Amino acid sequence: MIDAINLCKTFSGKQVLKGLNLMIDTGITQVIIGRSGCGKSVFLKHIIGIVRPDSGQVIIDGKDITKMTSKELNKLRLSFGMLFQAAALFDSLTVAENVGFNLIEHTDLDKITIYKRVKEALSLVGLYGAEDLMPSELSGGMQKRVGLARAICIRPKIILYDEPTTGVDPIMADAINDLIRMLHDRLEVTSVVVTHDMVSAYKIASDIAMLYDGRIIQRGSPEEIKNTNDPIVKQFISGASKGPITDGQHSDHKI
Amino acid sequence: MNHEYIYKRFLARLASLLHYTGGVVVLFLEAVFWAFIPPYRKRQIIEQMYKVGVNSLPIVLLTSLFTGMVLALQSAYQMQRISAQMYIASLVALSMMRELGPVLTALVVAGRVGAAITAELGTMKVTEQIDALETLATNPVKYLVVPRFAALVIMLPLLTVYAVFIGIIGGYIVGVFKLHIGSSMYINMTTNPLGIKDLYTGLLKSVVFAIIIAIVSCYDGFRTSGGAEGVGRSTTHSVVTSFILIIAADCLFTALFYFIGR
Repeated sequence: MIDAINLCKTFSGKQVLKGLNLMIDTGITQVIIGRSGCGKSVFLKHIIGIVRPDSGQVIIDGKDITKMTSKELNKLRLSFGMLFQAAALFDSLTVAENVGFNLIEHTDLDKITIYKRVKEALSLVGLYGAEDLMPSELSGGMQKRVGLARAICIRPKIILYDEPTTGVDPIMADAINDLIRMLHDRLEVTSVVVTHDMVSAYKIASDIAMLYDGRIIQRGSPEEIKNTNDPIVKQFISGASKGPITDGQHSDHKI
Repeated sequence: MNHEYIYKRFLARLASLLHYTGGVVVLFLEAVFWAFIPPYRKRQIIEQMYKVGVNSLPIVLLTSLFTGMVLALQSAYQMQRISAQMYIASLVALSMMRELGPVLTALVVAGRVGAAITAELGTMKVTEQIDALETLATNPVKYLVVPRFAALVIMLPLLTVYAVFIGIIGGYIVGVFKLHIGSSMYINMTTNPLGIKDLYTGLLKSVVFAIIIAIVSCYDGFRTSGGAEGVGRSTTHSVVTSFILIIAADCLFTALFYFIGR
């Protein structure tokens, strides 16, 4: 279980998280929606401890990770996988070295076992024969799949997705959605997905939470969110340019 | 009102300078700490040594050859007036070994390697590769800084030795073939004044310069933000800062050795 309690975080004078509370049960796919720049990715980075909060706690399976030493944190991170928005593959390493990075660095497994695990992870995301390519030789969609393979190669218990469908075409986006669902069913992991793609959110979520103004303003099942009466959530999910979110903002901010 | 504004800006600048200095010092201590913790990543260190050292050799040699030649030619003007041409050899040897060898090599490497390190780490930062490293339970200082740090600390003194040697040969070419100083005389006047102290002060300097280049370029890479423009800004900042610190450290060391040597 992941439990965020009263998280506050300020970046260069701008308060991004203003007392965020969210409890995520084990084994579900939690989708967090919200506008670009509202702090969704920052929240995700709090869960894996890359960003430490100014105040508040992140409790994972009963342990407060904000108080952990970097050694304890690194140990915990081996049970995490994270897919970054632009995949963040190491461009000096091959696809196989990227996917097997965790196994090469942190386990005593021999090369053959690692290679098998890498192939298995790559075939799970539908990539065959790409092991020796460099990331620069891959398309955006393929890079995301490799990023996903890297996240699952260590067999994590929690997978964090930072806008998995952004920047890929709709067909690839749907393929990635299917992958997220398939991984969730097959590996029985807890998934936390940050996105502003509502099609994706409805498809993969067990539970949707909306982040607005540094807090979670509503959460519920995809059905509940679809039929919400909250004007802010309503404006966001319908994608209307006029409404409470954009009222009082300059027109150039709407774009 | 105006005074208050200037005062506030001064304080902000001072705060950012202190922040930068603190960050650099902390990164240095972390790099030294992690350098002694296994695993030692020999493959990456050797890879970096190749990039830092072997690839820099041609430009370092070219620079120091011309410097040695120019030094001999320029001093010839003055020396000929007082009929002391034979001292050109000693002058070239001493200044290459104690000053120009270490400093010029460091400046060339800061421009060539330091800039590349900042640009590479900066790009990794803005494309979230550094964050990705952390999520993969890997310390970025250990994985990225230590190999570069070790490679520079090993290779810069070696490059300096080559630079000094080639600089002296540059002086020899001008001295013997243009100024017609006897070959054995030139060699004698080169080796005579050189003591072991000249060698180790030069090498000690180049180790300090290597630390400056490695830490400044890595630190500037790590704190990059703002996409491609940010990478450009960081790279410029890293080269300029390295240059200033190298010259300042050189001045400090020369003064120190001067007073110790008396």
